[in-house]
Amino acid sequence: MSHAAVADTHDHDHDHKPKGFVKRWLMTTNHKDIGTLYLIFALTMFILGGAMAMIIRLELFQPGLQFVQPDFFNQLTTMHALIMVFGAVMPAFVGFANWMIPIMIGAPDMALPRMNNWSFWILPFAFTMLASTFFMDGGAPAAGWTLYPPLVLQGGQNLAFAVFAIHMLGISSIMGAINVIATIMNMRAPNMGYLKMPLFVWTWLITAFLLIAVMPVFAGAVTMLLTDHYFGTTFFNAAGGGDPVLFQHIFWFFGHPEVYIMILPSFGIISEIIPTFARKPLFGYVSMVYATAGIAFLSFIVWAHHMFSVGMPLGGELFFMYATFLISIPTGVKVFNWVSTMWKGAMTFETPMLWAIAFIILFTIGGFSGLMLAIAPADFQYHDTYFVVAHFHYVLVTGAVFAIIGGAYYWLPKWSGNMYSERLGKIHFWWSTISVNVLFFPQHFLGLAGMPRRIPDYSTQFAEFNMWSSIGGFAFGLAQIFFIVIVWRTVKGKGTTKATSRVWEGAKGLEWFIPSPAPHHTFQDGAPVNDEHLAHVSSH
Amino acid sequence: MNKTVLKAVLASVLMFGFAFALIPLYNTFCEITGLNGKTSGQVTADEILKKQIVNENRLVTVQFDASVNSKLNWEFRPTELNMQVTPGKLYKTEFYAKNLSDKDITGRATYSVTPGKASLYFNKTECFCFTEQTLKAHEEVLMPVTFIVDSKLTEDVNIMTLSYTFYKLES
Repeated sequence: MSHAAVADTHDHDHDHKPKGFVKRWLMTTNHKDIGTLYLIFALTMFILGGAMAMIIRLELFQPGLQFVQPDFFNQLTTMHALIMVFGAVMPAFVGFANWMIPIMIGAPDMALPRMNNWSFWILPFAFTMLASTFFMDGGAPAAGWTLYPPLVLQGGQNLAFAVFAIHMLGISSIMGAINVIATIMNMRAPNMGYLKMPLFVWTWLITAFLLIAVMPVFAGAVTMLLTDHYFGTTFFNAAGGGDPVLFQHIFWFFGHPEVYIMILPSFGIISEIIPTFARKPLFGYVSMVYATAGIAFLSFIVWAHHMFSVGMPLGGELFFMYATFLISIPTGVKVFNWVSTMWKGAMTFETPMLWAIAFIILFTIGGFSGLMLAIAPADFQYHDTYFVVAHFHYVLVTGAVFAIIGGAYYWLPKWSGNMYSERLGKIHFWWSTISVNVLFFPQHFLGLAGMPRRIPDYSTQFAEFNMWSSIGGFAFGLAQIFFIVIVWRTVKGKGTTKATSRVWEGAKGLEWFIPSPAPHHTFQDGAPVNDEHLAHVSSH
Repeated sequence: MNKTVLKAVLASVLMFGFAFALIPLYNTFCEITGLNGKTSGQVTADEILKKQIVNENRLVTVQFDASVNSKLNWEFRPTELNMQVTPGKLYKTEFYAKNLSDKDITGRATYSVTPGKASLYFNKTECFCFTEQTLKAHEEVLMPVTFIVDSKLTEDVNIMTLSYTFYKLES
């Protein structure tokens, strides 16, 4: 009944989409179009960064130098990380935010649509600039994505390009974050109180605050690198009274909240998917909100656990160790809440649900290896080994990327109006999940056995695990090409069925009360929000 | 809505400034806690000596270490490798430096004291830290360091190292 009432207001669905590429895409201020642009951009960068990972795994397939020179290898590891973090994962989440937040809170668009256009269109320029360094004398930045001085200052002129690219994408992220905050705080439909917002909206609100707090700090840090290199300042140069360790402190003051920027929106997506397919409201909604805020707060006081081995006093090591342990409490709350949501639910296992369940299991594995790394005395053994590589790929690939893919399957019928093929989706899921574990699980053992990260060659005793890891890597890479095929077929309506407006039997939330595909403009005249529309308030 | 946006923009600008504010914060923090072996620069001997309660039976070892940055073509070493000192008394040692090149070169030294917590008790009354030193071609000099290890030095520290590194000053 309420379903019909909301849908009725959009029966006059004569889209008013602007005609022509320039007007439709380049000059768009429509949150759905900008969301689509972000998602396509993220997917493109995912393939580009993935291609670099494939070359890395190819070189590491066997010990010895086969395909690339060490310097180029270092450029690849550096650029792979920068592109995946700032080009793939973050823009993908901004894409989800653009598409879903206005619909989920019943707003007609984002609060600042023109700025929204800017924040997207800066990105292609930033990454063109960053990628162009590959073709310069001396090549791309090769000091690792953490850009530690003095090494990073000894590279070529690529530093200036990398720094300005980082400035641009920092500006893009900050504008995006301001937009999200302004939208959520000012444009909620009547009756959409803060504690009625879907959890995806909540996690993004908190993420946006993190972005505003730390992206400028990162911009400051790279500016100091720039002036150290070109203008003779000595922020990080011991000869002039500076300190290279200071860079690590500033970097990780940004860097640790940054890793939560990449995972909190995943928590939001998972919290939308699980209740739908468990056909139960999310267990402990309010505790989820507080847990997210708790994680965000703690992320500011744990940064030095990335640098236990620089020579910190015992008190510092203990503080950062215990503070890091604390994070497992709110994170544990979230994991247990997801599991409790599924408990005794009428579960079905459509593709988005499979990705969400895999997320919970595999992200938790990544969380546990994170706890191992947080133990200061043990970290001296693990530091800068493949154990660290395995850890952050579990949280970022089987964490963030799995949530993004799961979310894409979950909302793709709403975006495109077509149901993707369940059969192909499930093949993609099992193919990815098996191969990603073949790819990253052996890296735990490599790291514990002492294989250092960021090297193109290794001792022969590491050969077998590396070969398995590479095979897993190639299979996982191929599976994502398959994903593009699935998305393409769905959008083009090949071998698909029309999606209903509800799409999923157990779905709740405003997005399921508008037609599929979502019309170009939604909730122009405001959204009548009844509690039964919402997933989180129906239980009480 | 304008208010929200304004606040958010202001917060971003402030956080950019905060990145730069971290530098004095970090240096002050290190000086107070002795992290990184930073000692509080040069002090006058009389002031420090007044506050000392000397225990004649206590001896600690001070080791001297010197190194040059690879870009600097100098020889640089301590004249004595270590010294037994009684906390609370004034001592003097010398570092030797020689310009090995045919050109005049200006260098600058940084220093640190390990362990970090000992640096809080290491008072230098005369040193060549952070001052520019110009050595003419093949010139050699002896550079003095006078210091007082504070008598309040905690019991668990018996050895400390004063380390100097000379860098070439790029003009």
